[in-house]
Amino acid sequence: MDATQISTRAGSLAADADTLAQNLRVLAADAGQIAHRSAEAAGLSPTVGALAVFVLACFVGYYVVWRVTPALHSPLMAVTNAVSSVIIVGALIAAGPAGLGFAKVMGFLAVVLASVNIFGGFIVTHRMLQMFKKKTR
Amino acid sequence: MSANLSAILYLVSSICFIMALRGLSSPETSRAGNLYGIIGMTVAVATTLASPEVVSYWMIILGILIGGAIGSLIALRIEMTALPQLVAAFHSLVGLAAVFVAGAAFYAPESYGLGARGSIHAASLIEMSLGLAIGAITFTGSVVAFAKLQGLVSGKPLVFPGQHVFNAALGIAILLLCAWLVASESSVAFWLLCLVALALGFLLILPIGGADMPVVISMLNSYSGWAAAGIGFTLQNNLLIVTGALVGASGAILSYIMCKGMNRSIFNVILGGFGTDGGVAGPAGSSGDKAVKSGSAEDAAFIMKNARSVIVVPGYGMAVAQAQHALREMADLLKKEGVEVRYAIHPVAGRMPGHMNVLLAEANVPYEDVVELEEINRDFATADVAFVIGANDVTNPAAKTDPQSPIYGMPILDVERAQTVLFVKRSMSSGYAGVENELFFRDNTMMLFGDAKKMCEEIVKALGA
Repeated sequence: MDATQISTRAGSLAADADTLAQNLRVLAADAGQIAHRSAEAAGLSPTVGALAVFVLACFVGYYVVWRVTPALHSPLMAVTNAVSSVIIVGALIAAGPAGLGFAKVMGFLAVVLASVNIFGGFIVTHRMLQMFKKKTR
Repeated sequence: MSANLSAILYLVSSICFIMALRGLSSPETSRAGNLYGIIGMTVAVATTLASPEVVSYWMIILGILIGGAIGSLIALRIEMTALPQLVAAFHSLVGLAAVFVAGAAFYAPESYGLGARGSIHAASLIEMSLGLAIGAITFTGSVVAFAKLQGLVSGKPLVFPGQHVFNAALGIAILLLCAWLVASESSVAFWLLCLVALALGFLLILPIGGADMPVVISMLNSYSGWAAAGIGFTLQNNLLIVTGALVGASGAILSYIMCKGMNRSIFNVILGGFGTDGGVAGPAGSSGDKAVKSGSAEDAAFIMKNARSVIVVPGYGMAVAQAQHALREMADLLKKEGVEVRYAIHPVAGRMPGHMNVLLAEANVPYEDVVELEEINRDFATADVAFVIGANDVTNPAAKTDPQSPIYGMPILDVERAQTVLFVKRSMSSGYAGVENELFFRDNTMMLFGDAKKMCEEIVKALGA
């Protein structure tokens, strides 16, 4: 490992640390309490922060989805399916590094699968929603 | 791009996804919602591509081109009747992608900042094994659901002795393998876990019958969300966590609504074994001595033409026969005669939540005419005609009166209160639940035997004459 590699690595590590700090800040907006505690305890595990985000998002999902009209439950499934392919973010990072390795091949396959879903999901949702346009006859 | 900036952009993208779901609260705002979803996805992908971890682009672009082309082609070509199997197939892809991402994170943890190979943090390993297991279960489960919906395997529940014990054993094996993986970070444990989870997904869905497919699809929808959230925990990515939670919650709510629509508990559905392949003759002998009144398309046309209000009750049979266009034509003619025509939708009509609404919308039925069960049920009493086409169990009064019936307690459409009930059916066979419908033998019921589409076309002809 040469000096430039080490320095880029250090750079990305610093960036990671930054992301974690940002996670906490986002949380603070949602739950003042948690932010308060995390400020006191600098050693808070990132998993706990992620868990808070997760639980709050579950609540948001719960209230938003109950408001979806039953007539649009099929488009809801199609669009959630497209949206859950945001997993492509993980795949892109795996497929991104230079060189060629096992992880990169896996990343590539995941990119293909997730893209099928993203394009397919949004297009099929669009097709369905077009049908629900007000009929002018 | 700095980590701060990408975290904020990921937040923007999460909000877009929330807006996408929010838009679906009414048809008018729904198209804007879909646009939000597309924007959110574009922002997410662009942000990741601009992050310092991504330096080589050719493989990514190739992957997106291949995947995008396949996805677009399928989505543009698919028939709306085949929507349930399409969604099942798409779910399987999310599951498989989660497995691959978990694999990539296991073999190259340094790209994700999870430590080095051989010394991945314990917390990351726990999250990784969860993402992997849920992803694998989603994958094979959805493949089975797809095969059942596509008719590649029988819709009959496939049950073998000791099934539940075996599945429970697999579940325990998954937990043990997770523990082993976390303790040793061995790649053998990783792949064994993957295999066992794949097997479990397969066996979980196999015993579930065709009638329960709306629940299964919603459940797998939910799983695909949890899988994404699991991967989000592994990668410490808030966007994935938020999105996964949204999708997971959405699928869970849909499963709940579907279960309630059938008065079944989710455990009851998962344990499986309910229902038949459909179309099979009901318990023989019991119907032998009862009289059934059957009529022709001309009779039906005459009755409906002279009615004030007609409520159409469409079911999966209508979708199979592709009768929605002919049905709408019939309704248009009736409307021209001054008849009020509305459509009553049972929550579990069709093979996925909201399936009937899409099919009717495809046939240009105005969505204001399409009404959900709770809103229309009391109107049957004042309706002159209930026109049941391709539905059966959801109209069976036994659900209210017969505690012995397997469908007892299920909310049903009160078609029997209408002055005349017209039943379009191919034969006297029972529905998916395998229960005979006493409605067929009532005095105010007229059976219209024949293919749903042909029958509608004949009624249209008779109305025109």
